[in-house]
Amino acid sequence: MPPMLDKLRKVAFRLLQAVPTVFGILVVCFLLTRALPGDPAAYFAGPMADAESIEEVRKTLGLDKPLLVQFITYVGDLAQGDLGMAVSTGQPVISELASRLPASLELTLGALVLSFMIAVPLGVLAATRPNTWVDHICRFLVTAGVSLPTFFTGLALMYVFYYLLGWAPAPMGRLDMMYLPPESVTGFLTIDAIIAGEWEILGAALAQLALPLITLALFTLAPIARMTRAAMLQTLGSDFVRTARAAGLSGHRVLITCAFRNALLPVVTTLGMVFSFVLGANVLVEKVFAWPGIGSFAVEALVVSDYAAVQGFVLSMALLFVALNLLIDVIYTLIDPRVGEEV
Amino acid sequence: MNRRDFLKGATSLSVGASVLPLFKILPASAASQETAVVVIGGTINSLDIHRSGTNRSSYQVAINCYDRLVSFGTKKMPDGSLSYDYNNVQPELAESWEISDDGTVMTFNIDKNATFWDGKPVTAHDVKWSLDRAVSLGGFPTVQMKAGRLSSPEQFEALDDHTFRITLPFPSKLALPDLATPIPIIINSQAAKAKATDDDPWATEYLHRNPAGSGAYKVARWDAGQQLVYERNDNWVGGEIPGYQRVIIREVPAQSTRRALIERGSVSASHNIPNKDAKELAAKPGVKVVSTPIENCIHSLCTNLEFEPFKDKRVRQAVAWSIPYQKIFEQAAYEQGVPMWGGTDTVDKIAWPQKSPYDLNIEKARALMAEAGYKDGFEVPLSFNLSHADWAEPAALLIQQGLADIRIKATIQKIPGANWRTVALVEKKLPLHLENFGGWLNTPDYYFYWAYIKGNLFNSYNYDNPEMAQLIDDTLDMAMDHPDYAANVKRMIELAFEDIPRIPLWQPTLNVAFKDSVEGYEYWFHRQMDIRVLEPA
Repeated sequence: MPPMLDKLRKVAFRLLQAVPTVFGILVVCFLLTRALPGDPAAYFAGPMADAESIEEVRKTLGLDKPLLVQFITYVGDLAQGDLGMAVSTGQPVISELASRLPASLELTLGALVLSFMIAVPLGVLAATRPNTWVDHICRFLVTAGVSLPTFFTGLALMYVFYYLLGWAPAPMGRLDMMYLPPESVTGFLTIDAIIAGEWEILGAALAQLALPLITLALFTLAPIARMTRAAMLQTLGSDFVRTARAAGLSGHRVLITCAFRNALLPVVTTLGMVFSFVLGANVLVEKVFAWPGIGSFAVEALVVSDYAAVQGFVLSMALLFVALNLLIDVIYTLIDPRVGEEV
Repeated sequence: MNRRDFLKGATSLSVGASVLPLFKILPASAASQETAVVVIGGTINSLDIHRSGTNRSSYQVAINCYDRLVSFGTKKMPDGSLSYDYNNVQPELAESWEISDDGTVMTFNIDKNATFWDGKPVTAHDVKWSLDRAVSLGGFPTVQMKAGRLSSPEQFEALDDHTFRITLPFPSKLALPDLATPIPIIINSQAAKAKATDDDPWATEYLHRNPAGSGAYKVARWDAGQQLVYERNDNWVGGEIPGYQRVIIREVPAQSTRRALIERGSVSASHNIPNKDAKELAAKPGVKVVSTPIENCIHSLCTNLEFEPFKDKRVRQAVAWSIPYQKIFEQAAYEQGVPMWGGTDTVDKIAWPQKSPYDLNIEKARALMAEAGYKDGFEVPLSFNLSHADWAEPAALLIQQGLADIRIKATIQKIPGANWRTVALVEKKLPLHLENFGGWLNTPDYYFYWAYIKGNLFNSYNYDNPEMAQLIDDTLDMAMDHPDYAANVKRMIELAFEDIPRIPLWQPTLNVAFKDSVEGYEYWFHRQMDIRVLEPA
């Protein structure tokens, strides 16, 4: 079998393995939302509703049927790609996810790229020069990053750069009111603006993105920098690096090819983990910067027991993580020298 | 090409803004003579107020995009700000109306110049279809219609294209004002029926996204979860043409962000700001704050009569004598509002809300507790709605201290917003809780109807007094100039203070912050922003 086909087969197998997991998540999430103490019918019936109108709403929401029937209806709809209506926002869940997931991903991925670009060189420098000023700066940034809650960093940045200095645009979402969003292709405003060739809109989108991005990047800097530093220290002290040095390879070559490439493996794993918790943790950043993201949507839905919305959110997250894990495994095979040699 | 260039081109071709697929949007910081930007904390989840699940923030669409048959006039408040006037019903779509001598038949003459946005004239048939819809869809609209004694399509009749008749089962003073609430909006029935289906005869799916009205503003754009953009309807006949061509409602969930935006002048108004911000912002240059006491609304502490010790009236009175009202008013209300304690011993007026006779008096409270056999106190959970934490949390802490002085050990329980309705209002099982009911229709008997009759939603404390129930039943539909009216209301107030299941703390305010350059704001009972009256200075 050609190696390429073999790889595809492995990927397909991995995807197949995820099916029971996702189904399990569906069941658990379905039961958990029903176990929440709130009564969505009473909530959505409105401020003056009497018992009769609450029952009417319960019927419209389909919550008067037995749990099993509800679940079968839910899975049936799901099979047709219908995630139901999010009562709290009045939109179909699928369109909410389609517009909000890219907003959150743009923020999260942007923040990760930014913090990766800062944290990795910082970690490498700190590892090669332990206990020098670079190491101390690294330690300071890392401590500050983890210990400051994101909403605080967000508010502080907003206070300085918007309120006092006026450099940042008004923190009112993804795009200033002067512009209309470019035609949606990917849902990422920056990418869509590039596709449409609307450079002014790209600038505006980046301007809105700047503060929340920095807030999140500061927060994610810590684990990545720490992990890079620790992994680099470990590989630099290991036998094969010593051998490489003894064999007379240049310091630069040893650092990049031997040490760094090996140290990158735990860093990538960390990156995956950081991505997953940031997607959840950016709720607060989304609130502060009025970012129409998935986190604030999910929290609001949970607060009002909006079942369809919560289930849709959990399902999309589950799928996202299956994809993410797969992606990380693929990246592994690319950077891990041992895996690489096998192919 | 950016929007400005595009529009420059467009205007030179003299294309009206209304036919443009896109429209010029100015930067918020330059919110100009033409555009106002209003930030709100909530989210708009539907453009149709009749739909089940439509939330409070969405009511503003019914107010700004639709007309009703009638509306309320304007009055000046003691502080110079403006408020709607409950006692002055004014025409909106109906240019005039007659009420029969027995008070059961109301005939409305619909303005012949009124047209929907699509140019179709507004007829009595549209009115009939719209009111039928409100009483038939169930849920909140039907309940609110019922409050005005409007419950069945048979009561509504289109006599000809421009004459509409409502027949009431019995005369009621609530019927006409109820027609001025946000619920009985007049919908373009042809546009809606064209989109109705067998499953959805009232076109709820269509109207949810596409308002079809005759009101002062149209919806130019709705990005759910982000913003709503209103565009003025220059052919509006329901009132004076509004001052702003365009109003953008922007959803900003974080209160601190909303405050930064209004303080820096990036937006024209910030709606419904907390008391603390109202107090502080009022002192800043460039910003003005309008605080209006919310009519027929009291922040109260409620004692549940199903909780054993509270079954004794004296214990409830003891609680009322043990509350540090003044401190609560300073620390929870930031002195925004009207004190509701320390009134006279006898009820001598029928204004509502009015000060209760209670005040902080620990001696009196202890004596009452001893009399009731609770000298050593008891334990009770004190609950509040987490969504109201800004005032309820400091108030609860101070109440807890006051109760400790009469040996009642209160443990504070915070309940999330969604559970609140079920636990507090539907199941009515919270022994001691903070509540803030306010009635849309501004008469005392309407307040008592919702809050003092056993089983009604806002009687979250299971108060049951046959005399009170009888009084409310007699008075609810009675005209306010009826000879018995004042005496009945007075007796209700006496009972409410004597039995004291609901202890008034203070009358809250609705606070709205504006940039100096925005004029014309008017307070409304529905507590939403009526953008039709706003104008650039």
